Amino acid sequence: MYDLGYSRPATLAEALELLQQDDMAQPLSGGQTLMPVLRARLAAPSQLVDIARLDELRQIRPIDGGIEIGAGMTHAEVAAHPVVRAALTALAALAGGIGDAQIRHRGTIGGSIANNDPAACYPSAVLALGARVQTNLRILDAEAFFAGMFATALEPGEIVTAVRFPACAEACYLKFRNPASRFALVGVFAARLGSEHRIAITGGGNGVFRWHAAEQHLDRGADIDSLDAVPLDLANFTGDIHGSAEYRLHIAKVITRRALMQMAGQLT
Amino acid sequence: MNETVSNGKFGQSVKRVEDARLITGRGRFVDDLVFPGQTHAAFVRSPYAHAAIAGIDLESARNMPGVIRIFTGRELADAGLPPLPSGWNLSSVDGTPARVGLHHALAVDAIRFVGEPVALVIAETRDQARDAADAVLVEYQELPTVVDLAAAIADGAPQLHDGIAQNRAFEWEIGGSAEVDAAFAAATRRVTLSLRNNRLIPNAIEPRAINVQWSAFDQAMTIYLTHQNPIGMRGFFAIMLGLPSENNLRVVSPDVGGGFGSKAPAYAEEFAVAFAAKMLDRPVKWTAERSESFLTDAHGRDHLTTAELAMDDDGRFLGLRVHTLANLGAYISTSNALVVSYMYATMLSGQYAIPAIHARVEGVYTNTCPVDAYRGAGRPEAAYLIERLANIAAREIGVDQAEIRRRNFIRQFPYQTPLIYCYDSGDYEGCLDAALGLADYPGFAARKAESQARGKLRGIGLSAYVEACGIGPSKLLASLGGGGAMWESCEIRVQPGGSIEVLTGAHNHGQGHQTVYAQIVSERFGVPMDSINVVQGDTNRIQAGTGTYGSRASVGLSAAVHSCDKIVAKGRAIVAHMLEVDLADVVFADGIYSSAASNRTVTFVEMAQAAHGAASFPTDQIEPGLVATSFFDPPNFTYPAGVHVCEVEIDPETGVVEVVAFNAADDFGNVANPLIVEGQVHGGVTQGIAQALWENALYDPDNAQLMTASYMDYGMPRADSLPEFGLCFWPSPTPVNPLGMKGCGEAGAIGAPPAVINAVCDALGMDHIDMPASPEKIWQLCRTREVS
Repeated sequence: MYDLGYSRPATLAEALELLQQDDMAQPLSGGQTLMPVLRARLAAPSQLVDIARLDELRQIRPIDGGIEIGAGMTHAEVAAHPVVRAALTALAALAGGIGDAQIRHRGTIGGSIANNDPAACYPSAVLALGARVQTNLRILDAEAFFAGMFATALEPGEIVTAVRFPACAEACYLKFRNPASRFALVGVFAARLGSEHRIAITGGGNGVFRWHAAEQHLDRGADIDSLDAVPLDLANFTGDIHGSAEYRLHIAKVITRRALMQMAGQLT
Repeated sequence: MNETVSNGKFGQSVKRVEDARLITGRGRFVDDLVFPGQTHAAFVRSPYAHAAIAGIDLESARNMPGVIRIFTGRELADAGLPPLPSGWNLSSVDGTPARVGLHHALAVDAIRFVGEPVALVIAETRDQARDAADAVLVEYQELPTVVDLAAAIADGAPQLHDGIAQNRAFEWEIGGSAEVDAAFAAATRRVTLSLRNNRLIPNAIEPRAINVQWSAFDQAMTIYLTHQNPIGMRGFFAIMLGLPSENNLRVVSPDVGGGFGSKAPAYAEEFAVAFAAKMLDRPVKWTAERSESFLTDAHGRDHLTTAELAMDDDGRFLGLRVHTLANLGAYISTSNALVVSYMYATMLSGQYAIPAIHARVEGVYTNTCPVDAYRGAGRPEAAYLIERLANIAAREIGVDQAEIRRRNFIRQFPYQTPLIYCYDSGDYEGCLDAALGLADYPGFAARKAESQARGKLRGIGLSAYVEACGIGPSKLLASLGGGGAMWESCEIRVQPGGSIEVLTGAHNHGQGHQTVYAQIVSERFGVPMDSINVVQGDTNRIQAGTGTYGSRASVGLSAAVHSCDKIVAKGRAIVAHMLEVDLADVVFADGIYSSAASNRTVTFVEMAQAAHGAASFPTDQIEPGLVATSFFDPPNFTYPAGVHVCEVEIDPETGVVEVVAFNAADDFGNVANPLIVEGQVHGGVTQGIAQALWENALYDPDNAQLMTASYMDYGMPRADSLPEFGLCFWPSPTPVNPLGMKGCGEAGAIGAPPAVINAVCDALGMDHIDMPASPEKIWQLCRTREVS
């Protein structure tokens, strides 16, 4: 990596100040994307501002109708947390299936959604559950937060501090793993919030998105098995050596159906 | 499966003595070494796959902080560094030698694959070297590229090397063409097969590394090198560097973190670094980054093959005709001419009595990383072909895949194949039955029905492989074009206090030599294992040797046995004097010398003390001291064999192939340490399954960029993708060495790929599918099947 500075401020306010003073500084959370990028010399920030251990970002607590997860919570912590496991079993399972054990003990929820890798798992849960993203400046709806692959609504100097999820008993995340990277070749987070079905798909290649047609189809009470006929736009998918766009679209349909069946208790 | 012990005899599962040190981070690897005045190297590498070098501007890079010197290929060549040496002289069928494209350590006029080194930066720190390498400006004139084997030999294909038309390095043949023609004329049934054996990237856990010290005063160099054959490398480096003799060079390979063959070649980067150290008179270190490993560690496999098998109506094999295009990459790597010829085509008889075989192998240059030995080195390619053909033959004849093999098994040993080699021993049908038993073959139909009820397709695949290990004798290999001897040496030094040093030219890079050598010497001398120290990997300590590759443990251990025998025999002579009895009356068992003619006994350690004390025997008849050296040149190869049975379940909706069961019965001859051997099989089978399902080095056909240059895109196997393996040994001890051992290191990677693909084809009811059986490929096939 290129030569760079590193600081580990004690408070969020200090961290934000450092980031505001230096346009070329970059916040470092779990570093699961940033560190490989630095190692490969694909980025040259002036300094890293380590926010991974800030107390303000490291809480999980029940809130009215749901839970708030601090941005600095690791995947392993989310997966194991009793509050998450009780209120959002599917989210705990998603966190417990990211990468491998080492990654899960480093990578954080805030880092994952701020990076918005088109093959990451978390964005699908945030979008499907209609979670709200708390930053140091504002609260954003999931729909407004994600802005295509590796892009979010975050402004320079703005960082994710927490994510607020509604409790949801009926939800399921299924991932079809890329055989090399183990990222989601396609991942589907399906949920039912009240009478409303929500389906968010990650891994397509252009960033996480909702399959509205399927949601409406299900809201009308249609059978899960009839999903195959519901249109899903090929433009949401791109191809690479691991799978064509057509294949990814097909897999998205298959695992959506399986996720819904699992949700309905028809498949284990 | 085996009860483990910490001290034991040949054949027992002794726990590896090296593990505690290695898994607690106490290993010492080349990159751990830092010398006074240490400098660091970084390579400027070509981003293009084929280009002429029009100019190199070093100006700004030279002025970067910490830069000591920057070398170009032209400079090294002018200073006397010759092109890389060849390790094997292969001749074409017309008698002409292979057309060798010169391979400079640093490219001189042209580069021929992505990542080929163009310049070498030496700086005070690693980061400074890397920064300066980024600042070197190379002017490339891009040339058209070729990746595909068939395209490379077509008229008008981009040509890699001047004077080598159609990129053809050699056209080599083996076997009887006329006999095969006659067999086909007489045959009533035949099957054909075209396949690609996919290119693999080795991925040793420790990347390549070298640290070179040069002393100008006494013209002496010490090279610390992560390598499978440090002693062999001494000769190569001495010649390349123009040193007065081998005495001026010491090569040390400390702990080596895996190789799989990829640490056996003589590499361009290492020569450049050593030459630079000599010119600078300061130590120079280079450790490859993982991306450099992907781009430049010698790759494996990459064949395009067509084959025809002639049979009678009962499916008896009558003749085999094989034509293979072997992708050499941009240059012929050290051993690759051997790998694609005498380690591949000679093995095409498989476990079967095939009266007539003919194979033609054409070596072809392409704009890709050079290919060389990789776990199995030619033998997996042969086994994959013949074992795929066997299953296609079974379908053609309409018999079970086990039955077609029974009808064709070799049953008498030794067995002279039509392809030079003579199999030593075996019990192929016994092995088959053992494997089928492990796999509950008769129960497969019920399991298939159960899968079907869940919407899954289940398939079972057999492979009955035979391979060749413990290469030798030297005379045979020399007659085939070999550039080096094939014996191994072992020196045993018994110290005055009774502790023992075992010095071997074999080199451990994961095989557990420290344990197995100690195990064998411990048993022979009747002393505890912890009194034995196994020394290897340092040419200042080891007189001679040929390294570790091709499962050569049997060769090195045989030398150890012979040295043990010499020590024990000398001990008898000494003890005869100590006990004042006739030599013929002295016996040695379980560490005790005794004689029926005396009440006294002498332990091995007491004998050793006496040997050094030199007071209890006449030194004009018996020399003092206790050292023995042996060289073992094997009279023949050994031929390990086995039957692997793979069971897969395919999800037709996604195309995912899951290996749900894998069972293997292997004949490794006598097994020194079952625990270690099972580990070797686990690793080998895992790599074999990975080749069949996930691993695939892909170059962009348009520009020859490596598209699988990181773990994001290159599919490595993981433990959670594998079933529990069921293993058993079915030994037919070999007569060619005193231990009856055959070797086990590569067997898994040889037996597994055809077993997996045979299972996939069985599940889908089809003749052939190329590796890797990736989900989308399988999904497309399932979809087509549904439509039809």
